Amino acid sequence: MKKNIFASMFDQKHRSRTVTYLIVIVSYIVLEILMKTGNLSSLFTSLLVPVCAYIVAAIGLNLNVGFSGELNLGQAGFMSVGAFTGICVSGALGGLIPNTVVRLLASLIAGALMAAVFGYLIGVPVLKLQGDYLAIVTLAFGQIIKSVITNIYLGFDGTGFHMSFVDNKVKLEPGGKMLLNGPMGATGTDRIATFTVGVLLILAALVIVYNLIYSRSGRAIMAARDNRIAAESIGISVSKTKMLAFVVSASLAGAAGALFGLNYSTLLPNKFDFNMSILVLVYVVLGGLGNMTGTVTATVILVLLPELLRSLQDYRMLIYAVILISIMLISNNENMKVTAERLKKKLSRKNLKEAGNE
Amino acid sequence: MAFLSYLINGLGLGSVYAIIALGYTMVYGIAKMLNFAHGDIIMIGAYAAFFALNAFHLPLLVAVLFSVAVCTVLGVLVERLAYKPLRQATSLSVLITAIGVSYFLQNSAQLLWSSATKVFPSVISGGALNLGGVSVSYLTLITVLVCIVVMTCLTLFINRTKTGSAMRACSEDKGAATLMGINVNRIISITFAIGSGLAAIAAVLLCATYPSVYPTLGSMPGIKAFTAAVFGGIGSVPGAFLGGLLLGVIEILAKAYISTQLSDAIVFTVLIIVLLIKPTGLLGRKISEKV
Amino acid sequence: MTFNKLMKGMLAAATVFTMVACGGSSAPASGSDSSSAASGGNTAIKIGGSGPLTGGAAVYGNAVKNAAEIAVEEINAKGGLQFELNFQDDAHDTEKAVTAYGALKDWGMQASILTVTSAPGAAVAPLYSEDGIFAITPSGSSLAVIYKDAANQTGSYGNIFQMCFTDPNQGTASADYLAAHKDLGSKIAVIYKNDENYSTGIRDKFVNQAAEVGLDIVYEGTFDDSNATDFSVQLTQAKENGADIVFLPIYYDPASLILKQADSMGYAPTFFGVDGMDGILSLEGFDKSLAEGVYLLTPFSADASDDLTANFVTKYKEKFGETPNQFAADAYDAIYAIAMACENAGVTADMSTADITAALVSQFGSMTFNGLTGSDVTWAATGEVSKAPKAIIIKDGVYVGVQD
Repeated sequence: MKKNIFASMFDQKHRSRTVTYLIVIVSYIVLEILMKTGNLSSLFTSLLVPVCAYIVAAIGLNLNVGFSGELNLGQAGFMSVGAFTGICVSGALGGLIPNTVVRLLASLIAGALMAAVFGYLIGVPVLKLQGDYLAIVTLAFGQIIKSVITNIYLGFDGTGFHMSFVDNKVKLEPGGKMLLNGPMGATGTDRIATFTVGVLLILAALVIVYNLIYSRSGRAIMAARDNRIAAESIGISVSKTKMLAFVVSASLAGAAGALFGLNYSTLLPNKFDFNMSILVLVYVVLGGLGNMTGTVTATVILVLLPELLRSLQDYRMLIYAVILISIMLISNNENMKVTAERLKKKLSRKNLKEAGNE
Repeated sequence: MAFLSYLINGLGLGSVYAIIALGYTMVYGIAKMLNFAHGDIIMIGAYAAFFALNAFHLPLLVAVLFSVAVCTVLGVLVERLAYKPLRQATSLSVLITAIGVSYFLQNSAQLLWSSATKVFPSVISGGALNLGGVSVSYLTLITVLVCIVVMTCLTLFINRTKTGSAMRACSEDKGAATLMGINVNRIISITFAIGSGLAAIAAVLLCATYPSVYPTLGSMPGIKAFTAAVFGGIGSVPGAFLGGLLLGVIEILAKAYISTQLSDAIVFTVLIIVLLIKPTGLLGRKISEKV
Repeated sequence: MTFNKLMKGMLAAATVFTMVACGGSSAPASGSDSSSAASGGNTAIKIGGSGPLTGGAAVYGNAVKNAAEIAVEEINAKGGLQFELNFQDDAHDTEKAVTAYGALKDWGMQASILTVTSAPGAAVAPLYSEDGIFAITPSGSSLAVIYKDAANQTGSYGNIFQMCFTDPNQGTASADYLAAHKDLGSKIAVIYKNDENYSTGIRDKFVNQAAEVGLDIVYEGTFDDSNATDFSVQLTQAKENGADIVFLPIYYDPASLILKQADSMGYAPTFFGVDGMDGILSLEGFDKSLAEGVYLLTPFSADASDDLTANFVTKYKEKFGETPNQFAADAYDAIYAIAMACENAGVTADMSTADITAALVSQFGSMTFNGLTGSDVTWAATGEVSKAPKAIIIKDGVYVGVQD
């Protein structure tokens, strides 16, 4: 019986997800051990939570770009919605829920829900468009979200919440707390995000995404991605499922944003600009479209890369750019592709032989 | 009266956006790629013109030509080294490469010329023309004029010359163009050369009005001009012109009458509304999809 | 078989771990020792710090790094007290500042010049406080850098000090100056950068104080990072409202654009700046006649003739080919202030971080410091500095002190 479960975990249908889960869990255990024994440097400890947040946002984006085939250039906008919602919820609940883990989970859920609402509202117009125009509208929404959050002033004191837009008219009673301070964002946030919760969030994101992909509607999305007209001609209606994927992607970004926001005492709305959207997109593209294992690995490597280049000082971002371009050129090089194919064939032949010998 | 002066300022700003947008739109029309490094070509153009004027003390026109030459060579070089090997790759790979090129140019500029702002010399003497109570600076007038000239030349070039029709052919169907004996790679190189040359002109106009030269100079005008190109219909030359002017005017009027803080949000909201009503932009062609 | 995919996954995981492990062990060693101590080993006190060395705000970070290097070299050359400086890049970003803090901690930082800019400073301040490491920021002027709750000004960290004015001080001083010099003009326009702590901090206090001393503010205009080039709207509206003084609590880069655009539209009010305006004359290529008659309240001016300033400016120009600005001067002073406190308290590199912090904090609470940016400088227990700003006017392309 036990053998059966094990076998089913590694059968054709499940093996790639099993491998991804295993990588995440094993990495977590090893890193925790390193941390507990004091062998992980402060630099890398400080990267753990943001890496988790980037991975979750990238998994969400991969659902968009890889599976639905929609280029989303506004993922940072959803992260921003999630982050500032999460920070506000955590700030407002500070007195009510002293337990930080519960408060963190509540904030993550609030962030995800709020981002999902925004995802739905934005998805309605966005999904009417196609191709590069869709990409540009997501970019525009990302900018609008940034611009709007930059102008929200929200505070709370004994008498309740006070909010104003564009001009700061919030006057708080003594002891009141400014949750959002316009362009200055949130300051004095309790840093309650933890690596463990981050890893749990990654696992949850993977479960959600895999279940969506391998469902009937997931296959319908992929069919429509590969050829919309052909898919429609055989009666696949994808608009609902595409919306679902878009909303799930947004809410994952929201949860990721909340995790990210609650890891820093200060967070500016500017943080979630166009560059942030691009950053997450680079993780997804380098990891491979539709490949969740790749997304996780690529995110980790690309977050670490500038840190490993720290000793190069001024040159590090230049080298980072060169590496980025080289990876794109090499991975799309015809000769390289041929060699890679050959290697793959050789390996699989070897595997077949081994399998035959068993 | 204030309204008219806002309008004129908007047209000036819009003219600069329009010239930058032409670069985006031509490259998109022919190579079908979003060249996010275009803004940084502008930055290099600004530095080239700055050094030509300040260090070599060249006359203005020579400095502009020098800057155009630098940008043209750079544009072609970037295309050859970074984009050409990716002709067969997915558009996403090209997008990421363009972003890599953008980082590369910005960081090179910072290492070469330091991050400190340099002030672009006054190339067109200050002073304003008085038109019935509204003062229009010569700078704005010249910017708008240059934009119209560039636009006219480009339209003539594309519609009247052999290379121009080859470009149109490539934008319609690269395969068929190749069959007709057009060297597609050459046409793409020419497109990059023209687009980058225009970026240099845009750089000089931009810096004449806003005389700060620094490594991230091109990012914001780049994104705005890209928006303008989409606004007018990406791939369409008159569209880029119209989109650029409209965007400039909307931006200034939104700042003046609604809120300086929300002007970006307003510009992008208008873009979204336009795209929802006309999904390929104001003057964009309808794309029909084949199964 | 599953072997193939599994192998791939393992490989990926292995890569990650190798990188983590390598990075973990090599990070402390690869710290950028921009100016290593003359006599290495255990004798040099390790000073950390971070600031934008890349990106849009890089000019400020580089100024601080350069000046701090000069100060450390000078102190080390004297013999006796030895410093080792490690200055990391944070790209003016809160996230990267926290990572940079991690790198500095791994390197074994014993005291710090915190960060160059305010928002990253506010992000790492609680970390410095938790780990009990002494820090003095040269230019992070926001209250959020020294207070946990900046809005109510409560809960100061205690181990974090500022070398520059806090923003509110500058706002109050500017309003008072304008109230005392009504001959400069009576209708005031304020143009400020609303996504910057520095700028809004000064503006808020200026507006409050203006109401108290009866100044007439006729127009307020804002701009932010993505709109920092076109000021035609703000200037037109200031002009329409009849403003004859334009108060600019902003840095000199956007200020130079404002001066140029005001000039080309034929608008000539009196421009009044604060310490961020200092440096405008050393912008490469700047037409100095545009800044004629601009007032600024600043603690430092590179044209001052005292020996200390002359020595610093000469050295800076020699080494980096640029005229130092106010950030550089504050950084130079910050290092010297740490040095003075270390010497007074007899701090040595082999003391524990907690002891060093305790010694420095008690020194900063009591000592009086003379530097480039002011004489008889003292600090409050909250970390705020107390020094007097000087009114300076730009005449014939140079900064001239205003005689009262």
